[in-house]
Amino acid sequence: MQVTSAEPLARDIDKRSRADARHDLIFHRLLKFCALLVLASLIGAALSTLWGGRAVLFGQGWHFLTNDAWNPVADDYGALAPIFGTLVTSLIAVVLAVPVSFGIALFLTEIAPTWMRGPVSAAIELLAGIPSIIYGMWGLFVFVPFMANIEPGLNDTLGQLPLVGKLFQGPPLGLGLLTAGIVLAVMILPFITSVMREVFLTVPTRLKESSYALGSTTWEVLWDIVLPYTRSAVIGGIILGLGRALGETMAVTFVLGNSYNITASLLMPGTSISSSIANEFNEAVGIHRSALIALGFLLFVVTFIVLLIARLLLRQLAKREGN
Amino acid sequence: MSAASIYMRRRLTNVLAMILSACATALGLLFLVWILLVTARNGLSAFHVSLFTKITAYADQGGLSNAIVGSLIMDLMALMICAPIGVLAGVYLAEYASRTRLGTTIRFLNDILLSAPSIVMGLFVYVIIVLPMSHLTNGGISFSGFAGSVALALIGLPVIVRTTDEMLHLVPGTLREAALSLGVPKWKLTVQILIRAASSGILTGVLLALARLAGETAPLLFTAFGNNFMTVHPLDEMASLPIAIYQYTNDPSPALHSIAWAGALLITIFVLTLSLITRFLFSRKKVTYE
Repeated sequence: MQVTSAEPLARDIDKRSRADARHDLIFHRLLKFCALLVLASLIGAALSTLWGGRAVLFGQGWHFLTNDAWNPVADDYGALAPIFGTLVTSLIAVVLAVPVSFGIALFLTEIAPTWMRGPVSAAIELLAGIPSIIYGMWGLFVFVPFMANIEPGLNDTLGQLPLVGKLFQGPPLGLGLLTAGIVLAVMILPFITSVMREVFLTVPTRLKESSYALGSTTWEVLWDIVLPYTRSAVIGGIILGLGRALGETMAVTFVLGNSYNITASLLMPGTSISSSIANEFNEAVGIHRSALIALGFLLFVVTFIVLLIARLLLRQLAKREGN
Repeated sequence: MSAASIYMRRRLTNVLAMILSACATALGLLFLVWILLVTARNGLSAFHVSLFTKITAYADQGGLSNAIVGSLIMDLMALMICAPIGVLAGVYLAEYASRTRLGTTIRFLNDILLSAPSIVMGLFVYVIIVLPMSHLTNGGISFSGFAGSVALALIGLPVIVRTTDEMLHLVPGTLREAALSLGVPKWKLTVQILIRAASSGILTGVLLALARLAGETAPLLFTAFGNNFMTVHPLDEMASLPIAIYQYTNDPSPALHSIAWAGALLITIFVLTLSLITRFLFSRKKVTYE
């Protein structure tokens, strides 16, 4: 009796486990396919912009990068002015945002009373949640008039300095590279701050306490203990902010002034890769459109490399942490 | 230099650093308050029922109803595309390929995608969807709400992948061992136990993605394009709040500017409320696992 009933049971179990194995395989493949889609979106973005911009990228080659003209009437397009604007505004943003982020991270990890840390860091992160179009509107309607008021003052003070003076001389339009850089700085501030704050918290308490026990001040602990320990991740966070700034569109489009200029003065209007694309794409046809897509390809490649470096630096600290 | 003066200098440096860092924090908060106050004041003064009842075709006599509907449709469609794919991809990274080379590569590239320029995603969708559709239909369909949704989905995808992956790592390993020792097949373990255990975390990721993509303008410019009339058809050109704001801001008319501010206030409230909700969900999550 027992022998006869055990046999179908065993067959049953066998059938079931084979079905389970089959389902497992299907499930595994489905998951893998979805994960590969993530990869595909990255590669696809690069290839599709390369394809869309092929007429300019392969037609003109290196000349596209070094040409400073942008003339839709003559169909003569060069990427130099947009690249210049993108780099200058992003660099201004990073130069301004890094010290402020550093200060906020110091405040949030070492100085502020505990009850204050949560709400203040939440408020700073709220800055990252504001949509970029809001930054753009605020920039155009509020910050540009504000800058137009203080730019004559900049002309008279910083503009009179030797060497760097040229940077701050120009018409007080309010619009321009400096204004765009400042708006970008506010935008990337929360990203850099949150990376710095997080990595500062990874420093072992023992290290910090040892230093305090030897009589260090808070500043000395930060500068001589915390910062060296987290150096690579801090630089990674800064470069991450740079990557954000390079690709930002809406916050700068309104305040840059959209003119294809390469000037020494930061008060002059300019353009950037992303704002050129946003402003002109829907009116562009033929070679013009191809040139804009080619600009998109350049932007993607540059931000990819920048973000790659940032992530590699951030990973170094995580590795040392041993997890 | 005497010991006392060195000590004084060190203390002075320290006090100076503290004051500067407090000033930096104040500056950051100042910008937050400045931007939010300006948006709230201008938005509230332009707030009117006609925002929700009239379409943008009436310009300064109109509202934003078609843009609001368009945004809702495209945001939801984008979520419907990126949420399942993102969750499954996140599960793959956490449960199947946590330490394989493919898994670590995808995780690494996903982190890069997280801050990739959104305007390039718009160009990507333009080249792979808008252009081919226009070719196939001889120009009948070019820009569409569907294309806009795909572009937005590409923005939301990495957010969901990242959060799902992280949240599954928080699920205790004993749960997996207990289920596997009972002979539960791995797909059942994943779907019925792990995803359920991490469900509030995964939901957080989906809401974060929604908050992220709802405010995006750049990817919609050359995919959904915009429309002054009400449409719910996914293959029509579709209006959206960010695009309407963008167009009205570029317009010289002050009446349109104030409608743009009202729209800006709507988006800001929506996005910031979402991020506050996710913060709440997430903080509750942390309590249960620590």
